[in-house]
Amino acid sequence: MPLVYAGVCSHAPGITGRADQADPEVRDRFYAAFDGMRADIEESGAEALVVIAAEHFANFFMDNMPTFAIGMADFYDGPIEDPGWLAIDRFRAPGNRDLSRRIITEVMQTVDVSYAEEWRFDHGIAVPLHFVTPRFDLPIIPVNINCQGPPLTPLPRAWALGEALRRAADSVPERIAVIGTGGISHWPATPDSGKINEEWDREFLDRWCRNDHDALVDYDDLGIYADAGQGGFEIRTFVAVSAAAGGASGTVAFYAPIPIFAVGCTIASYDLA
Amino acid sequence: MSLYYVQKFLYELNRDPDLQAAYMADRRDVLRPYEVTEEEADALIGPDIGLLFHLGVNGQILMHFAALHQIEWADYLALMRDGVARHGPVREGVYAMTGYEGVDARRSRSESDEGA
Repeated sequence: MPLVYAGVCSHAPGITGRADQADPEVRDRFYAAFDGMRADIEESGAEALVVIAAEHFANFFMDNMPTFAIGMADFYDGPIEDPGWLAIDRFRAPGNRDLSRRIITEVMQTVDVSYAEEWRFDHGIAVPLHFVTPRFDLPIIPVNINCQGPPLTPLPRAWALGEALRRAADSVPERIAVIGTGGISHWPATPDSGKINEEWDREFLDRWCRNDHDALVDYDDLGIYADAGQGGFEIRTFVAVSAAAGGASGTVAFYAPIPIFAVGCTIASYDLA
Repeated sequence: MSLYYVQKFLYELNRDPDLQAAYMADRRDVLRPYEVTEEEADALIGPDIGLLFHLGVNGQILMHFAALHQIEWADYLALMRDGVARHGPVREGVYAMTGYEGVDARRSRSESDEGA
């Protein structure tokens, strides 16, 4: 079936772990936008959710770092972090090994990916799922792009991954939704944590909403690091979703810098209709 | 220095409750399988969060090590700032960003393309 939903959201651990330290008014509007994303995905009739994430040394390390990895398991446990620190209880999210295998097989026709039959979700997936599938009743297909340990894949390759995921999603009978989670500008877990480049974020989101391929792949990592921090490398996940949206235009449902969450908090989606 | 092995130890520690228990029982002994220097070992045993940040440990790994030691978020950020103040800029890794090989190679290629 054609892809039924494509969107992006933030995943910073502070969104849940430091919730009580944020301005309640802004925080609650952000949470409401997450609720809107959940409602949209439910309304789409999605039977599985592809989550394109940028995990943070939870499963993948520099001894054998996959540029791209896709989960192929019937379940995924999380969070790998201390549940008290993240304020998300331990959970087991359903997967769908057979569906993953079909998706991976199709993606591999054009993009080399690693697969993982075991995968413990860190905050990069656990935080979005906490809001988007809080009952853990929607099978998840996790996709990872290495955005943490350079060298990192060039942005045109992230785009190619998104195109391949779209082709794969369209090729299976199930209704597939896809979300990307990452960036935008931020300096997470460093002395600069809390710094957010709103102007850079808004320019990026403008390119994202226009689904402007050339502008989206025009960033380079040195510039991203200077303007958007090492957390900005995670725009790869947003770029992949742009490609998966196949030229659709997007809308930002919510954007606001929330420094204690250490990121410009974002919820946005493409109009696939 | 051997940033890779420092980070590998922390990566494994973050994932493994048994290793966490062993580390808490004998911090030096658990480091024996890892190729770390005395300076690195002392920082891991201390723990010296500021020195580990200066040495180049990625914050996405380091923040969980701080949490294991019950260090609050604001204190964790302050310890990293203190480490940079005491020891100077980050020596290695993604934050050193004098340009790692991939970016330098790409930039120089891009400049030579523009020149041509």
